[in-house]
Amino acid sequence: MTIPEPRNGMSLVPAADAKATKKEFTSDQEVRWCPGCGDYAILAAMQSFLPELGLRRENVVCISGIGCAARFPYYLNTYGMHSIHGRAPAIATGLATSRPDLSVWVVGGDGDFMSIGGNHLIHALRRNVNLKLLMFNNRIYGLTKGQYSPTSEVGKLTKSTPYGSIDFPFNPVSLALGAEATFVARTIDSDRKHLTSVLRAAAEHRGAAFVEILQNCDIFNDGAFDLLKKPETRDTAVVRLEHGQPVRFGVDGQKGVRLSPQGGLDVVDVAAVGEDALLVHDAHAPEPATAFMLSRLGNVDDGVTPVGVLRSVERPTYDDQVRRQIDDAVATSGPGDLAALLASGDTWTIS
Amino acid sequence: MGVRGVSKEVRQKDRVIIRFAGDSGDGMQLTGDRFTSETAELGNDLSTLPDFPAEIRAPAGTLPGVSAFQLHFADHDVMTPGDRPDVLVAMNPAALKANIGDLPAGADVIVNTDEFTPRALAKVGYAANPLEDDSLSAYQVHAIPLTSLTVKALETFEISRKDAERAKNMFALGLLSWLYHRPVESTLAFLQRKFAAAPELARANVTASNAGWNFGETTEAFTVRYEVKPAVMPPGLYRNITGNIALAYGLIASSQRSGLPLFLGSYPITPASDILHELSKHKRFGVRTFQAEDEIAGVGAALGAAFGGAIGVTTTSGPGVDLKSETIGLAVTLELPLVVCDIQRAGPSTGMPTKAEQSDLLLAMFGRHGEAPVPIVAPLSPSDCFDAAIEAVRIALKYRTPVFLLSDAYLANGSEPWLLPDVASLPDLRVEFATEPNHTKADGTAEFWPYLRDPETLARPWAVPGTAGLEHRVGGIEKADGSGNISYDPSNHDTMVRLRQAKIDGIVRDIPPLAVDDPTGDAEVLVLGWGSTYGPIGAAVRLVRESGAKVAQAHLRHLNPLPANTGDVLRAYRRVLIPEMNLGQLALLIRARYLVDAISYTQVRGMPFKSDELVDALRDVIDT
Ligand code: SF4
Repeated sequence: MTIPEPRNGMSLVPAADAKATKKEFTSDQEVRWCPGCGDYAILAAMQSFLPELGLRRENVVCISGIGCAARFPYYLNTYGMHSIHGRAPAIATGLATSRPDLSVWVVGGDGDFMSIGGNHLIHALRRNVNLKLLMFNNRIYGLTKGQYSPTSEVGKLTKSTPYGSIDFPFNPVSLALGAEATFVARTIDSDRKHLTSVLRAAAEHRGAAFVEILQNCDIFNDGAFDLLKKPETRDTAVVRLEHGQPVRFGVDGQKGVRLSPQGGLDVVDVAAVGEDALLVHDAHAPEPATAFMLSRLGNVDDGVTPVGVLRSVERPTYDDQVRRQIDDAVATSGPGDLAALLASGDTWTIS
Repeated sequence: MGVRGVSKEVRQKDRVIIRFAGDSGDGMQLTGDRFTSETAELGNDLSTLPDFPAEIRAPAGTLPGVSAFQLHFADHDVMTPGDRPDVLVAMNPAALKANIGDLPAGADVIVNTDEFTPRALAKVGYAANPLEDDSLSAYQVHAIPLTSLTVKALETFEISRKDAERAKNMFALGLLSWLYHRPVESTLAFLQRKFAAAPELARANVTASNAGWNFGETTEAFTVRYEVKPAVMPPGLYRNITGNIALAYGLIASSQRSGLPLFLGSYPITPASDILHELSKHKRFGVRTFQAEDEIAGVGAALGAAFGGAIGVTTTSGPGVDLKSETIGLAVTLELPLVVCDIQRAGPSTGMPTKAEQSDLLLAMFGRHGEAPVPIVAPLSPSDCFDAAIEAVRIALKYRTPVFLLSDAYLANGSEPWLLPDVASLPDLRVEFATEPNHTKADGTAEFWPYLRDPETLARPWAVPGTAGLEHRVGGIEKADGSGNISYDPSNHDTMVRLRQAKIDGIVRDIPPLAVDDPTGDAEVLVLGWGSTYGPIGAAVRLVRESGAKVAQAHLRHLNPLPANTGDVLRAYRRVLIPEMNLGQLALLIRARYLVDAISYTQVRGMPFKSDELVDALRDVIDT
């Protein structure tokens, strides 16, 4: 399949005449998250980062479902819709498919995207609609006051699981890769620089970009990502993936990741095997197998968590192809003629 | 005159009802469609009723596997597909058994004797061959070995025996075309097109059709031919059209007349899928069709497209409406245009997917949590689906509201001749998007208030993304009157609930009054209907009047709001009868709204009313 131009996620979105400010992208609405919520950091990052894209503010749209994260559109001074629990990817698909001139962002939580809206998420990903899907994963239901979520660890004690949860959780990155996503990344709410770089890569990607943002809910699941954040543990926990670079982590990069002879990945001491033996991260690999293995390298609970862009490949987008079919039909047969359409098929005249 | 010159008497008839019936694999729908085209071309008025099983290939030779197509044509105005067939074409014992009960005494029955084997007879519970005992003595039975005659006619063709046997429907069509003097040229041209890739099959099917015609001319099984003269119809260009195609065309016309792109979000479901199929062909009109992952995504995407300035449409049937309810509620509070086409079928749950019912009226009225009023428009005949679709889009665009279009399986698949409208005379549906701020802040700066309403229509401004200066957020949370900001203020909610209701109620000023057909002006009984019962009610009213009794008829196009004069109309009659294909849903609304003691007359057999039963129901009411 040939990939039609354009190849940048924003190429059909009109550019701003002058660079906007963070203030201009900030709405006048009072932000109502709990003090200390990780959502504040993500909002601040987005409000600063969006102007940098150089797009007209009126051509940016943020669509959300329901949940704490889903209040996001109210705080961005762009067009926005706070819709229905789980349905934001579907609504955004309709908008992006009919309006190529918009940069469409979808914001939701782990309940929104992985639970009630799981179906819409996987189909938006496989279709490769030009949407940026940001999933704030706090591994808990916040707005409904603290039930376990589809990303909560087994055994979690919550209001609805007083004996410990028994559902096996999703790994969101693995799920997205399995759903044929063309862009999959993970980042952390508190790491502004990393978060911004991942968001930029997502914005530039033409197609569906899935970004899992690990987000602290300090009311119902405080400290869920402390291993990744605390100075004493973060170096050994966070595996920063960079395209074209060997996969290394740990204090001073002492540890690395190597393709195991048995298949799968091994964590090794770099000093023992040498850097040349390490896996070099290829985000553009046509097949998602290695990205999938990386996504399962560890998890937050055992303290090894890969972050960064796991996969970024080109594939024709759904919305571009819809437009292409329409353009081709008009180019081949001319624009539709209503009177001729009504009179198509067998007709007869009564005089 | 046939080759052997058997002379045939020609009899004039004013109307004929034919039912083709066979296995679902026998091609009965195609045969019916072709006979319909020939009949339309001849200039008869007509109405059709396809009736097929939900299963694609139900077990062969069984009663549930019977697929039928009924056609009523006449030299005058036809209102229904007809109650009782004058002619039954039965391709096997199952088709005979399933349909014989509907025939009046003296009807013609053409049976394919090749299929009347002991095994096939036993399969449907015939202890003895009905062709050999006197159980069919009330009918004119024409026992014809259709399959073997077809195979024989095609013996020189290089096609498989199976292909030869399958052409038996064209043999039957040729025979019926001969019997009723139908012009077959369009069918022959159709066969050439259909089998363009297999010329031998094309020739074989043409030959089978000709063989059927010639058989009629030469056999002694038929001594009489019939003629039905063309009907007197208004002059103009006509085509035959089904409800689903007319509905699809109405949506395309709405896009053309509004200048807005059409976006369909839909999930396949019987009997609505043909609208998706049809619209997906018309990319030249800029139509975007999105086959969604589920019903919810279908309506969600349509709403998303509407937010972006498109005509957002979703097509479905009852089970899909259940799933879409939450999104329709969101559209109510977002106050964005959205058209929800519900092609009603027999429920509850899966029910009978290919059979018609009018049982989603109250679902459309009330099937959402909270106070969530939605206008409802209903077509009354297959071709009327075109106008009803345009009306639904008109209301949605003008009042920024979701609108229900309630068609049903009978309208969807049934067909009738359609006098093509003059495109330039279709309603002008242009709307204006908001382009400027509409409110001044205390500090004198201008801003945009998404919920500042048009004082006349109470519609809010439609400001689409890409419009500088009008950036705004909308959502499901209650909004402050005017500014649209989130508001949990109790009295604001009270205001907003009432405003949303008042907006829908106010549409009453923008729809025509309920018209009453009461020729003498002194009828005491009114029959009130909505949707697809228009034909059967009209036919029954005609019969009652012909017998000298008086009855008035009114039919609702708009179910919400109801026309302003509805109460006055109802109160002007001593009795009001409301026939419906549900258990009295419109009657419930009418009684609640107008305190009128309307009489509900209902059936839910999945098929349209028979005019005869409505005549009886009307007489009962007139006589008491
Ligand atoms: S409940 Fe948790 S996620 Fe929700 S706003 Fe409060 S801290 Fe944030």
